Amino acid sequence: MKADIAFGQYYEGNSFLHKLDPRWKILFVIFYIVVIFLAKNVFAFALLILSAVFLILISQIRLRTILRGLRPLIFIISFTALINIFWLKGETLLIDWWIFHIYLEGLINALLIVVRVVILVVGTSILLTYTTTPIALTDGLERLLSPLAKIHLPVHEFSMMMTIALRFIPTLVEETEKIMNAQKARGADFSTGSLVHRAKALIPILIPLFISAFRRAEELATAMECRCYTGGEGRTRMNVLHSGWRDLAALLALCALCAGVILLNIFASGYTLAL
Amino acid sequence: MSVIINAEHISYSYPADEAERPVEALRDVSFSVAEGEFVAILGHNGCGKSTLAKILCMILQPGEGTLSIDGKDMTADDITEEDINQGRRKVGMVFQNPDNQLVATIVEEDVAFGPENLGYPPEKIRRRVDWALETVGMTKYARHATHRLSGGQKQRVAIAGAIAMHRKCIIFDESTAMLDPHGRKEVMDTITRLNREEGITVIHITHYMNEATMADRVLVMQKGGIIMEGKPAEVFSRTEELWAAGLDVPQTTELLWHVRRAGYDVALDIFDPEKCAAEIARALKGTAHGRDNT
Repeated sequence: MKADIAFGQYYEGNSFLHKLDPRWKILFVIFYIVVIFLAKNVFAFALLILSAVFLILISQIRLRTILRGLRPLIFIISFTALINIFWLKGETLLIDWWIFHIYLEGLINALLIVVRVVILVVGTSILLTYTTTPIALTDGLERLLSPLAKIHLPVHEFSMMMTIALRFIPTLVEETEKIMNAQKARGADFSTGSLVHRAKALIPILIPLFISAFRRAEELATAMECRCYTGGEGRTRMNVLHSGWRDLAALLALCALCAGVILLNIFASGYTLAL
Repeated sequence: MSVIINAEHISYSYPADEAERPVEALRDVSFSVAEGEFVAILGHNGCGKSTLAKILCMILQPGEGTLSIDGKDMTADDITEEDINQGRRKVGMVFQNPDNQLVATIVEEDVAFGPENLGYPPEKIRRRVDWALETVGMTKYARHATHRLSGGQKQRVAIAGAIAMHRKCIIFDESTAMLDPHGRKEVMDTITRLNREEGITVIHITHYMNEATMADRVLVMQKGGIIMEGKPAEVFSRTEELWAAGLDVPQTTELLWHVRRAGYDVALDIFDPEKCAAEIARALKGTAHGRDNT
């Protein structure tokens, strides 16, 4: 279970990506997502794959880690792939047996969609969560949204909540494991029986987990108060955000990628995504 | 030496929980702590020691009595939020559960949390954080994730977070209770170093007797009041009284007490195992020698 939470975790490093300004990174991710959805042509997708490989290389994060982050998504990826394979009608019929009609177009389409989802997850997690400390991330978000504080939106409170949530994910996952083991040792069975039965078996896990989470919240609030936390007003930060040549270079690279994808969409003659 | 904490006749009751009566946690507690002192507070579970810690940190307001921090009366009627914050800048607290007091996911960012709250400029925060991590010996782990550290290391980060605000006094509320022996030693070494080398006043609440022997002074609490006070040697020499209060004494003292009861003349206030062995050997030899003569 612990291995599955690679998604959304920071990996220490000193790469080009680690040094980018988190404010820019958030904008880059939005930009990158837009570019990913712009791609329609197989060649545009090839360019996207290249960009993802490039990201993996410069992030200095091990491939195993990245693949582990994809594991929780296997179900959703295979589900979308299957829907595309079986439902999309095309011209070249490959298999025609009983109720199954599989077309070449369906296969390619499924492949492209899988590529899109994988790049989406890999790209955003490398750009953001793997290479940015959660505090830098929420800090960047807070500053990007700071104009909204002028119209009395609780921007600081929101980013503090995010920070604490991110901080407690590993702690609560560990706790869930402990409770599950304790219940298993008392003969609880989480893996057999009907769906309803299994859902019911989760109640003895959730109740202690919630009780302990509330207790933790209370203690944390006391500890924060002891450390003179009085909200966002008058608070400074140790790490000041600087944008520099790296951010400019990354922005230019992304613009080039965007232009490339659009050009390939228009001019390259290959299979084009149906959806 | 000036007095950093002065508590006079403090009482506290937890508010009534629905139909039940209010629970009295502290009754007429008076003591003071001088700057640079290392005070240990001992007591059984539920004797009110954690309540006392919360009052000293101004998390709870005492029902009766006065508490002054560094000469400022914190129980005065005209006390403001700002005054309380000023008090908290002088007195910090390290809690029992290391997981529930770290705010940030990265070590140095957590240590910076306190100074950031005080609104210091970034360079000053950076200096404070580097100093604090150096003092607790965690510089190597500055960029590590907090949840991957061991219990003792997490507690040291929490201590760094407390001292990064340049506090005069730090209260340890059973900060060693959830740690394994190795982690406990790490934290105790850090605490004694803070006290000896940085001159920070330490109030250490614990139920480990051998930790209390390192203190300059020991307060023993029972049922919401202080029943004994003195140097560790004095307090632990009153072995029977401590046992009557449901408390233990250090293992060396217990052993020496049994040796004494068997009729040998030994001191009770020896906490070092080697010295304790030497003392018993001396006592046994002494009698053996005496027998030879007769």
